[in-house]
Amino acid sequence: MKISKSEVEKIAHLARLEIEDSQKEKMVEQLGNILQYIDTLKDADVDGVRLSSGVAAMNNVLREDTPEASPGPAVTLANAPDRDDDFYVVPRVVK
Amino acid sequence: MEYHELTIGSAIERLTRREISAFELTSALLTRIEKYEDRIGAFITVDKAGALEQAKKADQDIAAGRISSLTGIPLALKDILCTKGIKTTCGSQILENFVPQYDGTVVSKLKNEGAVILGKTNLDEFAMGSSTENSSYKVTKNPWNPEYVPGGSSGGSAAAVAARFCCAALGTDTGGSIRQPASHCGIVGIKPTYGRVSRFGLVSYASSLDQIGPITRDVRDAAILLNVISGHDKLDSTSARVDVPDFTKALDFFEKGSLKGMKAGIPKEYLSTEGIDPEVEKVFNHAKQLLTDLGVEMREISLPHTEYVVAAYYIIAPCEASSNLARYDGVKYGFRDRSSEDLIEMYKKTKSKGFGLEVQRRIIIGTYALSAGYYDAYYGRATKVRTLITEDFSKAFETCDFILSPVAPAPAFKIGEKTDDPLTMYLTDIFTLSANMAGIPGISVPAGYSSKGLPIGLQMMARKFDEMSLLKAGYGFEQNVGLSRKFPDL
Repeated sequence: MKISKSEVEKIAHLARLEIEDSQKEKMVEQLGNILQYIDTLKDADVDGVRLSSGVAAMNNVLREDTPEASPGPAVTLANAPDRDDDFYVVPRVVK
Repeated sequence: MEYHELTIGSAIERLTRREISAFELTSALLTRIEKYEDRIGAFITVDKAGALEQAKKADQDIAAGRISSLTGIPLALKDILCTKGIKTTCGSQILENFVPQYDGTVVSKLKNEGAVILGKTNLDEFAMGSSTENSSYKVTKNPWNPEYVPGGSSGGSAAAVAARFCCAALGTDTGGSIRQPASHCGIVGIKPTYGRVSRFGLVSYASSLDQIGPITRDVRDAAILLNVISGHDKLDSTSARVDVPDFTKALDFFEKGSLKGMKAGIPKEYLSTEGIDPEVEKVFNHAKQLLTDLGVEMREISLPHTEYVVAAYYIIAPCEASSNLARYDGVKYGFRDRSSEDLIEMYKKTKSKGFGLEVQRRIIIGTYALSAGYYDAYYGRATKVRTLITEDFSKAFETCDFILSPVAPAPAFKIGEKTDDPLTMYLTDIFTLSANMAGIPGISVPAGYSSKGLPIGLQMMARKFDEMSLLKAGYGFEQNVGLSRKFPDL
């Protein structure tokens, strides 16, 4: 399936990406080629086949709900690009 | 003997007998890295001070008789494995300054066994690629010929092992990223069974496919490393509660000089694959004959859904990636674009400046395939095809112990040859993707050379949790293949 420039722009917005204008044409063409190739999947007979989201040896993994010490903000916020005390700082959310 | 010639196995013997010290070994390898790294570009970070300190500690331990399975052994880690206090970039600008606050489980295990960590190796950004050209730091060169790629995405680890910068390394394999660079660099690589090795502290690309494994100079070293890194971990709920055998015992099996009793399957679909290089075919046929001579019974098998593997993979992996990589939004860690005035703009600018084009391409494919109206046609269908691929393997393993195939359809390609054509690059993964889709283990062992002198590997895949068969057959093969030149001159 081919994909249009406006579709790529819409998907990029959903993924919170901003593709440079100079890259757009190339991206549209490359994505189109990839999606066209992926269309071979349509030929596979998957009637009645179950979905497999993964191949792990188990389904549910449970553990006791035992409280453990948290590493604390000094550790969890150590890589924050911007922080104020124990809080992350982000640009304005509400206008 | 020169220090860089030592494998893990031979270095352990000499360290234990105190013929060499860990400090001498580590210093010699660091000197070798300093001398040749500019030509190869295997590392993103070399932790010289940390490595020498760990080596000194190893020497004290050896003197005190505290000898663990990797005491004083210098190793390298793919820069997607979290190392406490050492930056972990994933080959991406977005994590340029990211310093993990904890060690991944495999890293803790290596350290607990006394290993010396020399540094972090280059990779395609977030392990997305087959050539190590997609790193935002450098392009790694193939030590056998610097005009060629080392393969990827664990190309830095593979090049570091082939260049003998380290005794061995760890890589990760989501669609062939250990086996293919091992093949292109003429060394050994194992992708363990999904769940065999904890993924805690491995930065996620496609969580249902990612697995950490050894990249080594020989099969014995792969068994030694696999012994250390395997096992259940409560910090990774997908790690399996399955007993871990002593993998080095697999080597004893061959000491009798024969692989009699083992059955190998040859998938008929693989050899009719379009675009398979005649030189790869020749090496493969030679390998098949050698294994037959060693007593392996060959039989043709069928993996009827092979034609859908690449398409299904390039839906499933990008879907998982689009979800996993949503976390790099400039808030909690990594790069943030500071020019933005509102939050959404900050997310967009951060991601677009921080991620390279291949990563953005995969995020877009994944987002598209998961979006309303397309989910069933793409992701849903791909996961059903995945079930069919897994069933193909279960059926094949009813009649054989392992499956034999090439690792890649051609030897390493030239740097820059495929960078503009992502689809062609994806198609080179045809023989390795299935093992990830089915969750089974695979090994790549050196099997020959192309006319240009580039290495070509042989792949074997086995049932889930049967790495032993791969090590048995791999070791038997390695002992008899008689390669003229095991390592490149730098």
